[in-house]
Amino acid sequence: MFSSKNLKLLTNPLNLENPITVQVLGICSALAVTVKMKPAFVMALSVIIVTAFSNLIISTLRKSIPVRIRIIVQLVVVASLVIIVDQVLKAFVYDVSKQLSVFVGLIITNCILMGRLEAFAMANKPWESFIDGIGNGIGYGWILIAVSFVREFLGSGSVFGFPVMEKIGAYSIGYVNNGLMIMPPAALIIVGVIIWIQRSRTKSLIEKE
Amino acid sequence: MNKSNTYIFIYSTVMVVVVASLLAMASNVLKPFQEKNLEIAKKLEILHSVDKGWDASSADSKNAYVDGEYAKYIAETLVVNASGDTISGQDAFMVDLVKEMEKDSSARSLPVFVCHQDNGGVNYIFPVQGKGLWGPIWGYVSLKEDMNTIAGVFFDHQGETPGLGAEINTLWFQKPFIGKKLFNASSQFVAIKVAKTGEPREAEHSVDAISGGTITSKGLQNTIFDSMQMYLPFLTKNKK
Repeated sequence: MFSSKNLKLLTNPLNLENPITVQVLGICSALAVTVKMKPAFVMALSVIIVTAFSNLIISTLRKSIPVRIRIIVQLVVVASLVIIVDQVLKAFVYDVSKQLSVFVGLIITNCILMGRLEAFAMANKPWESFIDGIGNGIGYGWILIAVSFVREFLGSGSVFGFPVMEKIGAYSIGYVNNGLMIMPPAALIIVGVIIWIQRSRTKSLIEKE
Repeated sequence: MNKSNTYIFIYSTVMVVVVASLLAMASNVLKPFQEKNLEIAKKLEILHSVDKGWDASSADSKNAYVDGEYAKYIAETLVVNASGDTISGQDAFMVDLVKEMEKDSSARSLPVFVCHQDNGGVNYIFPVQGKGLWGPIWGYVSLKEDMNTIAGVFFDHQGETPGLGAEINTLWFQKPFIGKKLFNASSQFVAIKVAKTGEPREAEHSVDAISGGTITSKGLQNTIFDSMQMYLPFLTKNKK
């Protein structure tokens, strides 16, 4: 079940095939929900659940899905999963779902999902697809968490809602939060920096002239 | 693989029926929880406008805490009509202000919440509703017994710009409203002006706007004016 081939499905999306930094998919939500760590964490978790289970369902059904309406079938599966996740969030973590607002619904249009369904789940067995979904979800999620850590720490002076800067007394010696960090452009800059670091470490990712 | 049209029709029909029943089931199971959340959120907003309910996030059971505080302080609610008379038979908490504002002014039923403070003072809480830059903004304005002086406010928004317009739901913006007056010395209704630096202002009727959040600030000013104007007959009747 966890052969080296399967483990690769899980670990590749974390770095070499990362959906955000290498494939540049799902950027929109990465910019929108990373002001604070808590919503970013819930968003990451939601995307992992949706990618994993939509991959699993589509892969199970792949032989029965008529080719001509396969995109519609994929969309129906993704949309239903997202609606269920949204409803569960509204019922049990209302404050977080209020912060995420429309972005949970917009998981439906997250390119990572359709990309994995078309490229992987339609051609592979359910278990492999499930792992691939989890891997890509985590690949998306860890970037979200990394970006939101920088933005919350520098922009609001806290980590996961815990006021670090206030506790160590930074404000009393004249420290001021960086207002740019809570604006969307900051996310773009941080994602850019992550891509820069990744490419300088892994030369094979750099395009040839 | 290519399948016949009949297969495609049957496949999509079955799929739609299965998905629809699944979603209907999920919605039914989760509805009570979601409605409770909305109710708690609304109660908390009302409590915040009279400076209560700040321990909600640290309470062991948020729902029990909010229900308890609400029952303790907001024991009385009224529904008033356009001419300021109390009408019976309606639950003020259940009145949807957005729907009421769409009606003719004469057909509106408007909720008023009454808060009995620990020190014996009475505050009247009025919901306000309007629009900011990106979407709806709303809140509650509480008045002292003279129906003129503001005892406290709470505002929230759906999607104003973080760091700019979104600041209307923060304490530093809301605190300066306390003590301001809706009517001027000659008993004219002027409400509250959300003023930029350098704009002419009267100390009793103005608060600072948010730099960079001009449209939200102006939206809030109109929200307070329009919403409180609906209550004008009620305010004038009960003014002291």
